[in-house]
Amino acid sequence: MRDYTMFIPEYIAAGSALLVLAVELARPGIGKDKIAYLTFLGAVVWGVSGLFYLGNTPGNFMDILRTDDFTTYFRLLAAAIVAVTALLSAQYMQHRTKTAGEYYGLLLTAGVGMVLMAASRELLTAYISLELLSFSLYVLVGFHKRDKLSSEASLKYVLLGAFSSAMFLYGISLIYGATGTTYYEGIANVLAGRSSDTDLGVIVGIMLIIAGVGFKVSAIPFHMWAPDAYEGAPMPITAFLSTASKAAGFALILRLFTGAFAVDPTEWRVVIAVIAAATMTGGNLLAIQQTNLKRLIAYSSIGQVGYMLVVVAAIGYGTAEVGQAASSALLLHIIGYVAATLALFAALIAVYNRTGDDTIRGLRGLSERSPFLAMVIACCLFSFAGLPFFAGFTTKLFMFQASTSSALLWLVGLAVLNSFISLYYYLMIMRQMYLYDAAPNSKLKMNPLLGTVAGLLLIGVLFIGIFPGPAFEAVDGAAEALFEVSAIAVTGGE
Amino acid sequence: MTFDEGQGYAVLATLAAPLAAALVILFIPGSQKMAIRLVSAVFGAVMLGLSIYLFVAYQSGADSEVIQMTLRWTWVENVSFLGEEGITLYLAMDGITALMVLLTGIVSFSAALTAWKLDYRPKEFFILYWILVTGVYGTFFSFDLFFLFFFYELAVVPLYLLIGMWGSTRKEYGALKLTLMLVGGSVGIWIAIFGIVDAAGLGTFDMVQLAEAGQNGTISRNTQILLFPFAVVGFGVLAAMWPFHTWSPDGHMSAPTAVSMVPAGVLMKLGAFGIIRVGIQILPAGAEFWMPVVLVLGVIGALYGAIGALTQRDFKLVSGYSSVSHMGYVLIGLATLSYIGVTGAVLQMFSHGVMTALVFLLIGALYDQTHSRDINAYGGIAKVMPLWVIAYVIAGLANVGLPGLSGFTAEFHIFVGAFQTYPIVGGLAILAAALAAAYMLRMFAIVFFGPFNPRWKDLKDVTPLEAFSGALLIGSVVIMGVWWAPFIDRLAPTITALPGVTG
Repeated sequence: MRDYTMFIPEYIAAGSALLVLAVELARPGIGKDKIAYLTFLGAVVWGVSGLFYLGNTPGNFMDILRTDDFTTYFRLLAAAIVAVTALLSAQYMQHRTKTAGEYYGLLLTAGVGMVLMAASRELLTAYISLELLSFSLYVLVGFHKRDKLSSEASLKYVLLGAFSSAMFLYGISLIYGATGTTYYEGIANVLAGRSSDTDLGVIVGIMLIIAGVGFKVSAIPFHMWAPDAYEGAPMPITAFLSTASKAAGFALILRLFTGAFAVDPTEWRVVIAVIAAATMTGGNLLAIQQTNLKRLIAYSSIGQVGYMLVVVAAIGYGTAEVGQAASSALLLHIIGYVAATLALFAALIAVYNRTGDDTIRGLRGLSERSPFLAMVIACCLFSFAGLPFFAGFTTKLFMFQASTSSALLWLVGLAVLNSFISLYYYLMIMRQMYLYDAAPNSKLKMNPLLGTVAGLLLIGVLFIGIFPGPAFEAVDGAAEALFEVSAIAVTGGE
Repeated sequence: MTFDEGQGYAVLATLAAPLAAALVILFIPGSQKMAIRLVSAVFGAVMLGLSIYLFVAYQSGADSEVIQMTLRWTWVENVSFLGEEGITLYLAMDGITALMVLLTGIVSFSAALTAWKLDYRPKEFFILYWILVTGVYGTFFSFDLFFLFFFYELAVVPLYLLIGMWGSTRKEYGALKLTLMLVGGSVGIWIAIFGIVDAAGLGTFDMVQLAEAGQNGTISRNTQILLFPFAVVGFGVLAAMWPFHTWSPDGHMSAPTAVSMVPAGVLMKLGAFGIIRVGIQILPAGAEFWMPVVLVLGVIGALYGAIGALTQRDFKLVSGYSSVSHMGYVLIGLATLSYIGVTGAVLQMFSHGVMTALVFLLIGALYDQTHSRDINAYGGIAKVMPLWVIAYVIAGLANVGLPGLSGFTAEFHIFVGAFQTYPIVGGLAILAAALAAAYMLRMFAIVFFGPFNPRWKDLKDVTPLEAFSGALLIGSVVIMGVWWAPFIDRLAPTITALPGVTG
């Protein structure tokens, strides 16, 4: 059935994108921060309209797109990330660009791409949604045209992105060749009904698709672009990359691996487990050596991706029940991770706007120069490291506990060991901020907007850490919706 | 929600008090130093009062329940992998908690008083300090594995800043080493928790239910044997179990006085407490299998710490090593898995807590005046600081195990327990006690009674505030030494009920 009412919120988002472009064309002299606030407004309306879909009968667009609670979850998340990123950009981009309309418009289309990735239940649609997000980001990463670092980052991102898209497409064509369909349900049915061993073409196809989405979420060994892109991109876009882009990747992965490939987990689960292990270990070990904050965060977020991949491995190793429990814990974890990352960037951008220094040493003595920002940064880092009171502790514990089974205890153990390693480099940042004295007369005046954003997000991080019940119940519904159409749930696992 | 005669609220109040102190101080401007100190002192006194109340109110009759003063609040349930009552804020007391809570009340109050004279950013100091104390209380009260670990981590993390910002002598190194070792230990605890909850398959973190699963074989013997080392090494790091003890001397050396008092006095006990709660109660088959190894590590720790203390010249290092030695006794007592040995171990936890806190308090009082902790730089200071010397001698003799002081009560139980089960070990443990006498008397001889070093003629004796907190600690040392019945009565039902512990 063609139900065009399923995506009203996305029409609003895309409409806002056109609106900000039009506003700038009509009134070129308008303050660039006004466009940011307009974008914020558009994203808020987008998010609020998304709320009406909560708990509704799932919408189904010809089995290609599905709007259930799982999609709604990512819809709200995308709207929230775009809204916050717009606010983070307001001061940062004010004097750095003359074409703010394009910047904010692309931000909104990237968000739409993210929602469609979560809604897709067909390989080509998933691919196109992925490209919608990617193309928006290619431009955004290189938005400082005259900055060599930014252009280099964008070029690297585009080239490697094109390469990974090619792999993804080749994977799709192999799967299509073997199963004769690109619908998730159809693929699962063909794989379930096969008489002999799995076709080699399907296995190679799955591996190529893993490589494609692995690039998107920057899992090792497909992570090479991430540190350069993070470093070169405008700082709010770095925040967007490490939240929206990763969350969208996981939306696609969850749909795909609980849908199309769920009946055949033995073919891919070992690979995912190994990639998870390599990603978390590599990311954290490489992060230790960084001196630039953005690069450090890039590697640290690679490490975080490793933890999240543990859940995907658990879906492969466990029954539908385990998979659903682990997925819902992952969705909770993503909320906490996104909130902490955005709060961290709000604080870092507030510092950067004043100092123009994005090295770790630039934070020296921050606890005296701006106690509030130092506290926000410290709390976010502690949340990443998984220390109590912050979201990271609770959600990581849930996520790992839900993924634990005797077959995966080694991976969970490795994940915990890695969060311990990460504490080391977080403490190095803490040391700069708290143990060293500031240079005299270096007090920072904080932008009140960024301060408010950081403070509110931090409250969110604390709320999830201390009182996760309501959020957990909400995401549990989203995971349930995901598994309602999951092939494992239908065939009963293994 | 269930309550037990309303006393559950006393437990909650005790847990909430330090958190409230931290919150109140958060809203006092940093320049109001006196107000911050007063708030801390008042809250400390309230906590001490509540702790004494809890200790007294814990019923010790032969037919009384083991777990008393229960308070349960459902936190998260029926979601994802969690079943009915998945995670509850389950606060309660058993006999071991009763002793440990009293210890925490005494030590944290006197440490807060000791920090009175601290002048560098007292606001941040006291916020972190009370968060740490919240973690300590919470760990002792928790009967839910999730919250046990939550509070355990909460107690460890503030130490990095407390030592790094207010410490002395290689403070950055000490702070980093201590934090990394302790949080590194938590890795083992996480793994043990994941394994336990998964193997029990109950979808709950309730430790009473998990302990049942551990005892009735739902958690299989092999799983227990696999998980026990993770739990014990994890908690053992904090209990300064050899060879994971190296954070203790360095950390104590770098830490400011009030902070030395709390880790040495209370935090190290969290480690031993965790071994009892998770190791012995939930993984009894694992404990039975691995305890001989723990015993050997305990004996090595006891001897190694004593020998280390004998060779050190820094006051704090002497105490740091002697703590390693004394925590070795605790491990020996636990490893015997006999009623008398485990009782001795818990008594030793209390005894070592108060006397070490006293020692660090006194070292701090001296160091603040002289800025030297080199034993050989002193001599004959009994002439100028008589009160200080008397207090130190009491602490030292308790350390050695002189009858009439707390150390004797505890060590006697441990030695009896060790001799019953492992005679050779008992002999070695007594050797460690003899070494303790050697390092203590050596220090007395050089510092207190040796030829008077005129450099120190202007030293002042302890301040009234230090005398007050010192008296509190000395009182506890003496009471436990002469009248230990209230302690042992409260422990008896709990320890008898521990799985695998023989009469």
